[in-house]
Amino acid sequence: MSSHDVMPEMGLYQPVSVEDAVGLASQLAERGWLVGGGQDTYGWLKDRAKRPEVLVDLKGIESMRGVRETADGIEIGALVTLTEITRNPLITERYALLAQAAGRVASPQIRNVGTLAGNVAQDARCWYYRRGLNCYRAGGNLCYADTPEGMNREHALFNTSRCVAVSPSDTGTALVALEAQMVISSSSGERVVDAEDFFVGPNLDIRHMTVLRPGDILTAVRIPAKWANAEFYFEKVADRNVWDFALVSIAAAMRVNNGVIEDSRLVAGAVQCTPRRLTSVESAIRGKARNQETADQVASLAVQGAQPLNFNHFKMPLMENLVNRAVRGHA
Amino acid sequence: MNPKLTRRRFIKGVIASGVAAASTSLWYSASGQNRPAGAVERLLTINVNGQSRRVDVAPQETLAHTLRYKLGLTGAKLGCNRGECGSCTVLADDVNIYSCSTLTHEVKNKAILTVEGLRAADGTLHPVQAAFIQELSPACGFCTSGQIMSAVALLKSNPRPTRAEARQALSGNLCRCGAYDHYLNGVMRASGQLS
Repeated sequence: MSSHDVMPEMGLYQPVSVEDAVGLASQLAERGWLVGGGQDTYGWLKDRAKRPEVLVDLKGIESMRGVRETADGIEIGALVTLTEITRNPLITERYALLAQAAGRVASPQIRNVGTLAGNVAQDARCWYYRRGLNCYRAGGNLCYADTPEGMNREHALFNTSRCVAVSPSDTGTALVALEAQMVISSSSGERVVDAEDFFVGPNLDIRHMTVLRPGDILTAVRIPAKWANAEFYFEKVADRNVWDFALVSIAAAMRVNNGVIEDSRLVAGAVQCTPRRLTSVESAIRGKARNQETADQVASLAVQGAQPLNFNHFKMPLMENLVNRAVRGHA
Repeated sequence: MNPKLTRRRFIKGVIASGVAAASTSLWYSASGQNRPAGAVERLLTINVNGQSRRVDVAPQETLAHTLRYKLGLTGAKLGCNRGECGSCTVLADDVNIYSCSTLTHEVKNKAILTVEGLRAADGTLHPVQAAFIQELSPACGFCTSGQIMSAVALLKSNPRPTRAEARQALSGNLCRCGAYDHYLNGVMRASGQLS
């Protein structure tokens, strides 16, 4: 792969309304590429691994900025940066889980421009795919990672189907735990999708990591009041504490009454192509005391059914330990 | 070697002549006809270091490219060109960003500050620059302008950071010499917490 300093020549539009942006996105379809913060975009273009003809820069759209209170929770504009999420009082006071997750993304400079929508809609970080190889996800007919010598220590434990890439989004796990909803605009109108259904695995669609299709624009993320001010736990383990993507991450929201867990949502990141809800753990801890004993009893449930590849067995004890910490409530 | 012809001056001379050549060739691809709403104009006026600079910017051009190769501001270095090292860090409206991973058109309405714009009109160095010299922060110096800009951004929003806050704020800037503690000493000195 040759590496280039500059991007190839292409067009650029800077619409200032969602209507104009949707019009451009549907008109351009596969030839266009939506840009928010651009931090997942420019590497693709510099490497010539993706070749859109026209960029649509969404940052001029004022209605996609800001955090608003709604009748049932809050609505976060798609263009809100990850740094803004870590500082916004509505989020830090009620949904600290999301603020913690956003604060662990990449580096300060990337969080300063990277948007919430971009973080959830970013593409797979499998290095073979990123290199521009013609793998399943790129439309080809083989997987380079799932081979005897494939470098797959960062790849999936669960629900693989030809592709073994994992979900790279830190905020995605938090949003699934918080039962967030994604607001998507297209030329056929607006639709609202649960965060859990927003992410799709390779068994459903091997070319896309989310339900977003050409012509769709993710305009906002809604978080219901249900988990506001719940007890939260977030931890991300990566090879490096800055820049790097998660090896495994855990996001948990719990309602605890007199030390007893009444309800919970536990979601693991970077173990499959989508944020993985740990429903077996959730039901096992319902009605149990939130303590070390409960954590020790249930943690192994989290990795049941895991099918590790050659070099990612370490993710199983890692995941188990993170679930243990999330259930007991401290590192 | 001719003392007047330093490496830096030679490179800047090449850049200046390149600008002249580029501006005469006028490689406009879009003629302005039949373009839908929102298509960008190439001729921009951008605010860099307090000055309005008129410059011809391609749609896909990064801010680092515009600064270095069109405006001759070579303080922002290109290390990785992928947003993974921090040597191209500049401020846009007082927020530190990677100029290699920002399109110039994205920040055309923001005030850009590069390391060249820190010095006062009378030549006095910015407190961060002075502190970095006093603490011998740079080793090879390649990452230094980026480290300075991240430190300046931190002190604008948090004038007396703790060492842990400074470490966090500078965590998006790699230093391959490993002079991280020297840079942190510099930040603590610049914020008046070391004497």
